[in-house]
Amino acid sequence: MVFSRAASIRDSLSRTRRSVFGQIAGLFGPGEVTEEFWEDLEELLIMADIGVDTTTALIAGLREDAVQRGMRRAEQVRGRLEERLVDILEASARPYLEGKRHLSVVLTVGVNGSGKTTSIAKLAKYHKDRGQRVMLAAGDTFRAAAIDQLKIWGDRVGVEVIASQPGGDPGAVVYDAIRASRSRGMDVLIIDTAGRLHTKYNLMQELKKVHGVAQKQVHRAPHETLLVLDATTGQNALSQAKVFKEAVKITGVVLAKLDGTAKGGMAFAIARDLELPIYFVGTGEKIEDLAEFDAHAFVDGLFEGD
Amino acid sequence: MFEDLTAKLQGTFDRLAGKGKLNENDVKTAMREVKLALLEADVNFKVVKDLVARINERCIGAEVMKSLTPAQQVIKIVNEELIAILGDPGKLDLSGTPPQVIMLVGLQGSGKTTTAAKLASLLRKKKQRPLLVAADIYRPAAIAQLETLGKQLDIPVFSEGTAAAPPKIVAHALRQARQSANTVVILDTAGRLQIDEPMMRELEQVKERSHPAEILLVADAMTGQEAVNVAREFHKRVGLTGLILTKIDGDARGGAALSIRQVTGVPIKFTGTGEKLDALEPFYPDRMASRILGMGDMLTLIEKAEQAFDKEESAALEKRLRKGELDFEMFLSQLQQVKKMGSFSQILDLIPGISSIKNQLPQEVTDQQFKRIEAIISSMTLAERRNSRLLNASRKRRIARGSGTTVQEVNELLSQFRQMQRMMKNLGKMGGRGGGFQIPGLPL
Ligand SMILES: Nc1nc2c(ncn2[C@@H]2O[C@H](COP(=O)(O)OP(=O)(O)OP(=O)(O)O)[C@@H](O)[C@H]2O)c(=O)[nH]1
Ligand SMILES: [Mg+2]
Repeated sequence: MVFSRAASIRDSLSRTRRSVFGQIAGLFGPGEVTEEFWEDLEELLIMADIGVDTTTALIAGLREDAVQRGMRRAEQVRGRLEERLVDILEASARPYLEGKRHLSVVLTVGVNGSGKTTSIAKLAKYHKDRGQRVMLAAGDTFRAAAIDQLKIWGDRVGVEVIASQPGGDPGAVVYDAIRASRSRGMDVLIIDTAGRLHTKYNLMQELKKVHGVAQKQVHRAPHETLLVLDATTGQNALSQAKVFKEAVKITGVVLAKLDGTAKGGMAFAIARDLELPIYFVGTGEKIEDLAEFDAHAFVDGLFEGD
Repeated sequence: MFEDLTAKLQGTFDRLAGKGKLNENDVKTAMREVKLALLEADVNFKVVKDLVARINERCIGAEVMKSLTPAQQVIKIVNEELIAILGDPGKLDLSGTPPQVIMLVGLQGSGKTTTAAKLASLLRKKKQRPLLVAADIYRPAAIAQLETLGKQLDIPVFSEGTAAAPPKIVAHALRQARQSANTVVILDTAGRLQIDEPMMRELEQVKERSHPAEILLVADAMTGQEAVNVAREFHKRVGLTGLILTKIDGDARGGAALSIRQVTGVPIKFTGTGEKLDALEPFYPDRMASRILGMGDMLTLIEKAEQAFDKEESAALEKRLRKGELDFEMFLSQLQQVKKMGSFSQILDLIPGISSIKNQLPQEVTDQQFKRIEAIISSMTLAERRNSRLLNASRKRRIARGSGTTVQEVNELLSQFRQMQRMMKNLGKMGGRGGGFQIPGLPL
């Protein structure tokens, strides 16, 4: 289980490895730790979208380590970097949907086109594969054909989709979906929402309302509020995560589109600054292209040279 | 933030100035700040490296070292270099025999379908007869999405379901366009990863079948370091003629624009500024440069303010605002002038460092809301306008009655107004830091 999970993350990161972290592996040869080494390391971390702040903090920590532990060789620093990277991710790690309850409500949010609807379809399959009864709520009543899109996925996975007419009130859809989930003894309800930029006041208010409807209907719901982030996103991911977290209490992140050459380095800043766990990564457009996130596998995958 | 960069540079130079004349090493220290600022804006590392080397050279040559305001000089040079790389805005070239084909390409979720509809709408305004083509047979309901948008705009959409291959669909669409005398054909292709070999080959085939006049990369303004790989690969495979940068209505700094320009050399032709189908705007390199530097879109704001405001009045007003003396009387007169500038939300977008504050403010003050606010303020006595603290429950009831609103609406306005007072005070502090750029008579 752990191994297949690791392998799948590793696969999706194979190109990352070759481009950037492959270079890191090269950088961490038997050579001495020089000023140039630190500069190259900084460069490579930033190229992975890890961001200036996190990179600077990492390097400062490693420099200290190097002095304190008398690390002279680059390969020693590498081991320490891996530890530190894993530490960042593990400090915020948390099990997805922990605990038992009758109905688990999962709300998904994110900016336009980040991968919400596709991730929901994948999650539906994930739960179904675990023997749970799943229902979907088409809370994106705004974008053209968004409801159709979710319905097609619902058909493919074999789960029911509760939807209204286009332009309907997303809060009402959520209300209906919760009632339907209850009366039909569902285990998990996953709610889709319209993509929205976190800078749009009215749209964020609307999202709060949707969140509030779930909160009122089910004890402690939503039990997870997932922010779906596009792995190709740069520094703006942090701003997205901050604002969405403030508005609807994000509980975790899904990192979609990690099958490209994108490095997904923003995961570190988000884990570090916002203490949000990364639950899943999206590794393709197909329904099975979802992997549970595992900090060791993620970082291991980054460093394995080929 | 641009304020940060200016302040940081100022700090750097101040520290250095203590020990006498600046030397080349000191400039290097400043260059590190420039480098970090650009990296924070998601400009690709390699691009930053080249750029900073050039800026460094110019800074030394331009005698920044002897300058009394070295920080300002550096900023000026950085800004110029950014504008130079961003290049002149591009125009669509559809001068060939109709129908001319525009092909949109890009990663998943970058905004191609919406942009296709926006382009069609824009071109129709320019007397073209567009045909939209649904060539994304992969993403569930992608065709339905384009058809829905076409219906909204009353622009025809050509589709053949998901069974036919995209190159075929496109060939058929062209035949159809000739028959129905469409002058421009816009191809909405599926989002794809630049490393997906079969999908990239498909794109080449679509191109072969349709000989596009324009092949535009639709890229998300939030893209990080990856932008370079994406742009390079798409350019290599299909030969881009231009770029459309989407979702710039968010708060991403948009360094990707710089990276893509540098890698492909193709001009940026449009920017996507919202979800509505008319939110497609020309590209302004100077504004983009400011944005990348975290300066907000100051030039636009200054431009708009200059158009809308009387200079002397503005100067006097600015003084009072900086002291935090905003009252309802000023508010009303400013509001009336602001109306000339555009929507509240648009204006806030232009102010540096505002996005976090903006998030707590209403997105759009519509004309109707403007009218309501005007009515409420008009129902206040002069004393009340000058001192909002006078507004107790009974006064509020009177104002609500007089303006045909509710006490709740009066309260809402009051709380917005208080927020604005606070905001103005903060802005006053920001501008006072000798940052160089000041907003002439900042409205609101
Ligand atoms: N390669 C790849 N593509 C993905 C992945 N997840 C989603 N996509 C694609 O990204 C595009 C957008 O995905 P959607 O799921 O529609 O995104 P969304 O956030 O629901 O979009 P809006 O509702 O329009 O805001 C689609 O073309 C998906 O196929 C992934 O993990 N890898
Ligand atoms: Mg969606």
